[in-house]
Amino acid sequence: MFVKQISVFVENKFGRMAAIIKALAQNGIDISALSLADTSEFGILRLIVDKPNEAVEILKKEGVIVKCSNVLAIAIDDRPGGLAKALEILTDAGVEIEYMYAFIGKADGKAMTVVRVNDNDKAVSALEEGKISLLTTEDISSR
Amino acid sequence: MQNYFQREIETAPREKILEIQNEKIVKQVKYVYENVKYYRDLMDEKGVTPDDIKSVDDIKKLPLLSKSDLRECYPYGLLATDLKNCVRIQSTSGTTGKRVVAYYTQHDVDLWEECCARAIVAVGGTNEDVCHVAYGYGLFTGGAGIHGGSHKVGCLTLPMSSGNTDRQIQFMMDLGSTILCCTPSYAAYIGESLKEAGYKPEDNKLKAGIFGAEPWTEEMRKHIEESLGIKAYDIYGLTEISGPGVAFECSEQSGMHINEDHFYVEIIDPDTGEVLPEGSKGELVFTCLDKEAFPLLRYRTRDICVLSREKCPCGRTHVKMTKPMGRSDDMLIIRGVNVFPSQIEEVLLKIGNGITPNYQIIVDRVNNTDTFDIDVELDENMFTDDVKSIEKVEKHIVSELRSVLGIGVKVHLVNPKSISRSEGKAKRVIDNRKL
Repeated sequence: MFVKQISVFVENKFGRMAAIIKALAQNGIDISALSLADTSEFGILRLIVDKPNEAVEILKKEGVIVKCSNVLAIAIDDRPGGLAKALEILTDAGVEIEYMYAFIGKADGKAMTVVRVNDNDKAVSALEEGKISLLTTEDISSR
Repeated sequence: MQNYFQREIETAPREKILEIQNEKIVKQVKYVYENVKYYRDLMDEKGVTPDDIKSVDDIKKLPLLSKSDLRECYPYGLLATDLKNCVRIQSTSGTTGKRVVAYYTQHDVDLWEECCARAIVAVGGTNEDVCHVAYGYGLFTGGAGIHGGSHKVGCLTLPMSSGNTDRQIQFMMDLGSTILCCTPSYAAYIGESLKEAGYKPEDNKLKAGIFGAEPWTEEMRKHIEESLGIKAYDIYGLTEISGPGVAFECSEQSGMHINEDHFYVEIIDPDTGEVLPEGSKGELVFTCLDKEAFPLLRYRTRDICVLSREKCPCGRTHVKMTKPMGRSDDMLIIRGVNVFPSQIEEVLLKIGNGITPNYQIIVDRVNNTDTFDIDVELDENMFTDDVKSIEKVEKHIVSELRSVLGIGVKVHLVNPKSISRSEGKAKRVIDNRKL
C-alpha cells in the first residue's frame, strides 16, 4: 500500500550531498526517486530506494540523521490529465498534500509520483476507489 | 606641548602617588569593612582586619573578588552606601545570570568622568573640540563615561550613540566632529562608509579617536588612522571598577596609563592568585581607592597584560598597561559584547529539553567586523521529515540567543557527532580573529 521513504538531514556544507549519495552507491543501493528540500541553512533529502532498511543502516554509519516514513507512490497514465485526475480524487476526499516528487523513469508505461499527504489511510481508500494504482516497497525492490 | 586635564596628579612623582594611595587605601578598606557585609565576611574568614592594612603593600593580604562574587551579590550585596546617596546605575553588557550592576554616587560619577576627561585631553582634546560620542548610550558605560568626560573638558559634545551610520556621517561632516569615540570596529566601519560615500580622509575634520571596549590590533589601528586621517588611541575600563577611563593612551600610543590615584593595580598569577613582580605577564587586578557606592577591592578582571613603569615621554608618571593580551577565563568579546559559552549552553539546554546538544562557537573578523557563528549538532529526536519544524528549531535557537546575548548570531544545524572532539570533549570556541 505504501512505500518507505528515507528522509536525510543534509547540513549546509560543501560536498555533503555527494558524500551521502556516494555511500549509497558504494553499497549498491538503487535510487528510484528523490527530492531535495532546501533552506538557506540546511536541506532534507528524501529518497525512495530498493532496499530502504539497508540504506538507513548505511546512512547511520555515515553519521547523518535519518528518518523512515510511509508515503504513497501512485502510478498514473503518462498523458496530460493523468496526474490531475489523481490529485482531484485526493482533493475531493479532503486529503491535504504536503509535498510530492516524481520517480526517475517509468514502469509499464505509467508515470510514478510520490505523494506525502496528511492522512495516508483516507488517501489510500480514495485512490483505490478511483482506480489509481498504488505501489509498495516490494514493487520498487523488484523493479 | 603636552596638555593634561589634571597636571599635578597626572605628572606627580612616584613617591607622591604612593603617598596618596597609602592614605586612601587605609580609609577605603575601613569603609568597605564597615559597610559591605559580604566583603567583611570574606576578610573575617581570611583573618584580616582593617588594622592590618597600613599601606598598599598590605593589599595582597585582602581577599580577591571575581565576577562570581558579583553575581552572587546581585543586586545590592556589594553596595556600600544607602541607595538614597546613589545617583546612577550602569550595567555590563552581559545578561541573565551574568549581569553586573554598578552603583555610583555623584562623587563616583565625577571621579569616573574625570578619568575620561584625562583620556580626552591626552589625545589633544580641548574646549574647542567637537567630541563625537558613538559609543552606545544607556546601561553600557561607554557612552555615559565619555559623554561626561567630554563635558568636563568642555568639548562640544555630540551624543550620537551607536548605529545609524548615515546620520553619524552627516553630523560628522556638517558639524565638524574633531574627536571620534566609539568601538574600534565601529570606527573602521565609519571609515569604510565615508569612503563609500565618496569622502577622502582629508575631507573630515577629525584629528583623533578614542577607541575601546573590545580587543583590537596595531594593524587595525593603522587601518583606522589611514581611513579616517586621524590618530587612534586606546582606552580601557570596566563597569565593575567604574567604566572606560580606568586607563588610557597618551600621545605615545605605547600602552595605557592607569589612573593610579583612583585605582590600585596588581598583576597576579591567574592560577594561584599570587601577586607577580611588576613587569610580569599576568591577570590584572584592581582595587578602588576612593569610591563610595561600589568600591570593589582586589577585583579580578580576567584580562591578561603586562605593566610598565618605564618613563613616558608624555610626562605622565602613572604606570602603563599593555593592551589585554587575552583572558584567563573563557569570556569572548564579540562586537564589544561580553559572551560566555555558558550562556549559550543554558539556551541550548532549554531548547534540547534538558539535553545540551553539542555546539561550537566560531568567531572571526571580516572587514573589521566580528562574525559570530554557532554550529549546533541536531539531535535525532529533533529531526522530522518536515522542513518547517526544523526551521522552527533553528529560529528558536537564534531568537533565544539574541535575547540572552544581546547580539545577533548565525546558527548552523549540523550532524550529530560531527563537531570534532579531543579527549571526548568538544572544543567549544574557535576564535579565528588574529588579535
